[in-house]
Amino acid sequence: MPSHDVLVIGAGLAGQRAALAAAEQGVSVGIVSKVHPVRSHSNAAQGGINAALNPGDSWESHAFDTIKGSDYLSDQDAVEIMCREAPEEILHLEHLGVTFHRNEEGKLGTRAFGGASAARTYYVADITGQAIMHVLYEQLMKHSDSVARYEEWFCTALAMDENGECCGVVTRNVADGSMELFQAKAVILACGGNGQVWKPTTNALICTGDGIAMAYRAGAKLMDMEMIQYHPTTLAGKGFLITEGARGEGAHLLNAKGERFMERYAPNKMELASRDVVSRAEQTEIDEGRGFPDGTVALDITVVPKKRVHEALREIVLVGQDFAGVDITKEPIRIKPGNHYTMGGVKTDVDGRTDIPGLYAAGEVACVSVHGGNRLGANSLLDTLIFGRRSGADAAARAKRIEGSRPSKQVLEDEQGTIEEIVSREKGSGRRISEIKLELGTTMDKHVAVFRNEAGIQEALDTVRRLKEEAVSAYIDDRSAVFNQDVLGAIELGYMLDNAECTCVAALERKESRGAQYRTDFPERNDEEWLKHIDLQQDDEGPEISYSEVTITQWEPQERTY
Amino acid sequence: MAEYTLKVRRYQPESGEGPYWEEFEVDLDPSLSVLDGILQAKDRDDGSLSVRCSCRAAICGSCGVKINGSSTLACKTQLGEAHETANRRNGGGEPIVVEPMGNMPVIKDLIVDMESTHWTKIRRVTPWLLPHGEPPEREYVVEPESMIDITQSMACIQCGACVSSCLSMEVDPEFIGPAALAKAYRFVGDPRDAETKERLHDLAEDPHGIYDCTHCFNCIDACPKGVAPMDQIMRLRRKAGEHGIDDPHNGHNHETAFVKIIEKKGTLDEALLQQESYAPGVKGKVKPTKSAIKGLLGSIPTVLRAIKTGKARSLPKLIPGVHPKLPDGAQDEVQAIYKHAEEHREEFNIYIKGEEDVEPEPDEKETV
Repeated sequence: MPSHDVLVIGAGLAGQRAALAAAEQGVSVGIVSKVHPVRSHSNAAQGGINAALNPGDSWESHAFDTIKGSDYLSDQDAVEIMCREAPEEILHLEHLGVTFHRNEEGKLGTRAFGGASAARTYYVADITGQAIMHVLYEQLMKHSDSVARYEEWFCTALAMDENGECCGVVTRNVADGSMELFQAKAVILACGGNGQVWKPTTNALICTGDGIAMAYRAGAKLMDMEMIQYHPTTLAGKGFLITEGARGEGAHLLNAKGERFMERYAPNKMELASRDVVSRAEQTEIDEGRGFPDGTVALDITVVPKKRVHEALREIVLVGQDFAGVDITKEPIRIKPGNHYTMGGVKTDVDGRTDIPGLYAAGEVACVSVHGGNRLGANSLLDTLIFGRRSGADAAARAKRIEGSRPSKQVLEDEQGTIEEIVSREKGSGRRISEIKLELGTTMDKHVAVFRNEAGIQEALDTVRRLKEEAVSAYIDDRSAVFNQDVLGAIELGYMLDNAECTCVAALERKESRGAQYRTDFPERNDEEWLKHIDLQQDDEGPEISYSEVTITQWEPQERTY
Repeated sequence: MAEYTLKVRRYQPESGEGPYWEEFEVDLDPSLSVLDGILQAKDRDDGSLSVRCSCRAAICGSCGVKINGSSTLACKTQLGEAHETANRRNGGGEPIVVEPMGNMPVIKDLIVDMESTHWTKIRRVTPWLLPHGEPPEREYVVEPESMIDITQSMACIQCGACVSSCLSMEVDPEFIGPAALAKAYRFVGDPRDAETKERLHDLAEDPHGIYDCTHCFNCIDACPKGVAPMDQIMRLRRKAGEHGIDDPHNGHNHETAFVKIIEKKGTLDEALLQQESYAPGVKGKVKPTKSAIKGLLGSIPTVLRAIKTGKARSLPKLIPGVHPKLPDGAQDEVQAIYKHAEEHREEFNIYIKGEEDVEPEPDEKETV
């Protein structure tokens, strides 16, 4: 049985940062990822990373912007930690070799970003996530002696001991199909969000909510699952992301009449209001007939100097050219709001601890919560790094403190049985996995998106529950052991359905409009009744609802205008 | 919507059978990608059809394949465009051919073993920053251009398309290769790295290192991100030259010989090329060194072979000085171009490509 003091599941920014932080404490670390680490979805974070590092900027200002952006649903103690520790983290990354953009003096330079009261976004062209992640992977290669990498190993379940503590993970080696039970004194979930539950989405095919579902099945609490961000600028049809950096560099949003419509919704911040605000504005324009016939509005990047576009928005030039056939330096590009980010997730404290001892979560899989109802652009990379590091350090401390228990072989046998059952289903015994995924994605995008109401969410929930039943008999074609992506797809579908059910239940429960949750039947924010988190825990009947307090330190909720 | 046929090279390792071809009909918009096509075939017809993929947007680097023989990302190649290429090459009605990448062992269908090849080579170049001493309290202060320069290498997504297309690696599987050398430049060009010289010596002295590249440009064509790995290898060679590192193939001097001869004569005086490459100083006005004599003698078989095969039979190719000069003042124009290039030494970089800021240059024509 492979054994590590700290085992990290997922190898994007949060996972790699957690692994490096744990290894620094001198414990043995393993990092498991269903794809090669550099394929992880942190790559897609284009625009940058926030930190109040400039003289004249302050962590309090960053914290306030974050809290206001969250529509006061974030926990302020967690936001304070993130914003205070941000500058040090940026410098750490710079020292490791990240090729951050420099100003003319050769010092770190910044760009403007949405919802922020100062230009405090540090960046590498528009490949910031990729650049940071590849540098962290360089460090993982450097520290091969202290961090064992399990690349292309898929996790199917958490292993618990008789005291209800997490003590390992069941995995499948994708390359040969063998199953392995890993023992660990602490397990850190860092496996990202659940964007694939929606279609279209900016998220990669791997973002199937694995960690959220595994934690939920093990009995951990989830929080704020209704808070799903729709990004204002995604490519029509395909859902690809156009970075907020484009608007940060000065691009305009135009409706079909050529009006800069943000004047009516956010007269001060215009295109750089919070994402939920901009997405709602766009959707309103489209719904009220001022969009283009294909259900889009336009992003006009031609107003940004061409040299600057090539230097700072190169990836978007390529996306326009390759995926939309548009030269963004010459003409506006059609965009619409699209599924982008999971603000909710596995409930943790500021050290990544879930309510299951030994189980940690960091990054998009987790809900600390620093993003509350709406995440600010360029805060996600920061979240992954700060809480990845804190989780890694705390998990290492736990590993040094406890003896650790040996996971029972039973869980491994159960998981093997599940997989054998999936593989042995008769062809034609039910629907194809791909059909169920498609129906799930389109249903969620229709009813649990920018604007929501009770009837729609209920319909989505009913559909999800039917799909859960159908998934039990859904069949696959591939019966082989080597790279059987078909069987992994069936397991991922199960994860996605659990995520979807929780999101629907929470969205139905929150009878107000806050951040990304906009209920047309309850269009106002209602602090008196709903300034609280919705927590979900697995029960025989489905998710059981409870509530927890939002931590307020120094910023009392105010009306939110941009 | 349009119908396309994908002809996929398949391999199922557990079947006991060798690789085989299978055709899939897909029905998608021409602007969608070959990856979308593969995934439709997988979703509708055969879930065992295997391909690594994740982001669908040319960011994660998972779906490197060969399409119609060219290494690329499946998600970045549109079906319509791939269809046209297939028809152009094969005269109409041909399927889009999809194969696993080259230079790497195939594991299953379109999935190749990158670990034993690509990643092993990446680790060969000590792929992490090696600064000296304690880091500064704040950031390292560096030239802004230096960061832009190496960000071109940082744009690499490790997809392996360049490795797949590399002709040198076909001949010498131990060649460090385009991806790993581009990664190496990311450190050599980084002013924060303190082991530039050691890195250059290491990469130059390895017989499978920077001088193993044959300038075939395949990697530049294949790279989906504009990293231009061959350019990075050339930068490494230039830096090696600046650090006084001997090029075992004499490539640096050979290149300089070309440059000098054109500057003097406008076109290539082939009769001078060998001599100038080994004993720089046009028309032999220098004392040849020992190694120059050795190099020149060593090149005699090549010269004889050139004469024998008819490549060097005319007098201007055999006797220095017979080579014709350019007419009128054309040589002055050539030298003006040299001067201009010397004064505007700019590396091509994907991150600096602005057009509107370029002022028209005043007439720089001068006689030398």
